[in-house]
Amino acid sequence: MTLRRARGRDPLGLRRVLSDRLLPALVGAMGLLAALTLAGARGAADLASRWEGGAATALTVQLAPGAATDRALAVLEAMPEIAEARLADPARLAALLRPWLGDAIAIPLPKVIELRLARLPADPAALAGRIAALVPGAQVEAHGVWVARLLALARSLQAVAVAALVLVAGIATAVIAVAVRAGIAARRDAIAVLHALGATDADIAGRFAGRVAWLVGLGAFGGTVVAAPILAGFADMAAPLSGGRVAEGLLDLPWQRLPWAELALLPPAAALIGWVTAQVTLRLWLRRLP
Amino acid sequence: MVRFAEVGLRYGESAPEVLRDLSFVLEPGSFHWLLGASGAGKTSLLRLMHLAARATRGEVEVLGVALSRTRRAALPALRRRVGVVYQDFRLLPHLPVFDNVALPLRVAGRAPHQIRADVTEILRWVGLAPKADAMPAALSGGEQQRVAIARAVVMRPALLVADEPTGNLDIPQARRVLSLLREMHRLGTTVVVATHAETLVAEYPAASLRLDAGRLVSHG
Repeated sequence: MTLRRARGRDPLGLRRVLSDRLLPALVGAMGLLAALTLAGARGAADLASRWEGGAATALTVQLAPGAATDRALAVLEAMPEIAEARLADPARLAALLRPWLGDAIAIPLPKVIELRLARLPADPAALAGRIAALVPGAQVEAHGVWVARLLALARSLQAVAVAALVLVAGIATAVIAVAVRAGIAARRDAIAVLHALGATDADIAGRFAGRVAWLVGLGAFGGTVVAAPILAGFADMAAPLSGGRVAEGLLDLPWQRLPWAELALLPPAAALIGWVTAQVTLRLWLRRLP
Repeated sequence: MVRFAEVGLRYGESAPEVLRDLSFVLEPGSFHWLLGASGAGKTSLLRLMHLAARATRGEVEVLGVALSRTRRAALPALRRRVGVVYQDFRLLPHLPVFDNVALPLRVAGRAPHQIRADVTEILRWVGLAPKADAMPAALSGGEQQRVAIARAVVMRPALLVADEPTGNLDIPQARRVLSLLREMHRLGTTVVVATHAETLVAEYPAASLRLDAGRLVSHG
């Protein structure tokens, strides 16, 4: 009776034509790629936000002792490459130097002008030279230009990761559509019988879509589970770069640094793609029946 | 009631008409033979009656519903009131007898206990209750056709159409199948049976529609 009930719920025999092996395996591989890409996008976004502060000030100019601050600011603001020039807050400088000089700083602090550029220069050294020529005695520090370049690179990586994610979703949709079409071809007669018995398009498409969503969700879940330790491994390798230490065992990996919210969304998002693809494919095919 | 008025049917825009200028009325509760040589258009006419095709001209009215004015989305509900028996049975080979017969009830969303009761009763009626768990491939041709009839009538349709239901059966099996169709007629169902088995027609005299090259040549 159990077998009869199971078959009764599956009159189209979809358990056989949409088997629980090939489609979940294919989607699982794509889920793995999506999880890695997602983590890459998240990592690039984290780097970008970390570097954003450094890139805001592209250049710093340290004035010579006794130099006229107002004149230097006026000269710098007149340069077309510079969007904004402002004197660094002495209190902030003191706070930055506190770890080395202590609370009571006895020596006079240099005057520093922070520059925000209109656009990144092709040759930062040449720009630094021009500034030094216009503001005699000034020392120009251009590390912010390189930080801004790294920021642009991180943002590009983020965009590429999002594009790759869209591509993976597109390929998954195509694979699912092919699988559904194969299922339709294998069950064409059964679909025709159900249609003749008064089944609606929604009923027939819903049976396919339910099965496909389950298989695709299952595959994406598997892919995500496989991706998790790989991502934790990457996070562990990157840990020393941000002052952490390398893990000694599997449980010691930095699991908390994984983008769990995004990863948790992958299986339901994949299931939704499967459900919509199956619905659209079936309904388009069913339109040929009267 | 089934009413055809100046009905024509062609498969494809440039194809010739397979049915031409058909006009007739089948009263509720009637039994009709549909006669004619192979290629006369019997199957096409039945396809129009069970909504597997739509007329390219004229008006077809099935169970009081004018199909030319009916949206496609409304047809499934009407199909549930029409039972169909095919010459090649069209049972689903991956489902046992019970589930094949239960299909129309499941499509209609009936409750499991009602499905069990109705299917058991109808299988008893066609004499196949002991074969409820058998797969179609394990049955003889006559038994498969009785399963197909059980599936066609389990919803108590108002119209039952059968396309050469005895075409693949020997005479004793054919008589048994026909007796079931006659029994449905006695219970008040409008029945149309297409056949070219003149001996069976002679054994069960009834009104007939005779087609020749897509035209209705006699009715009565």
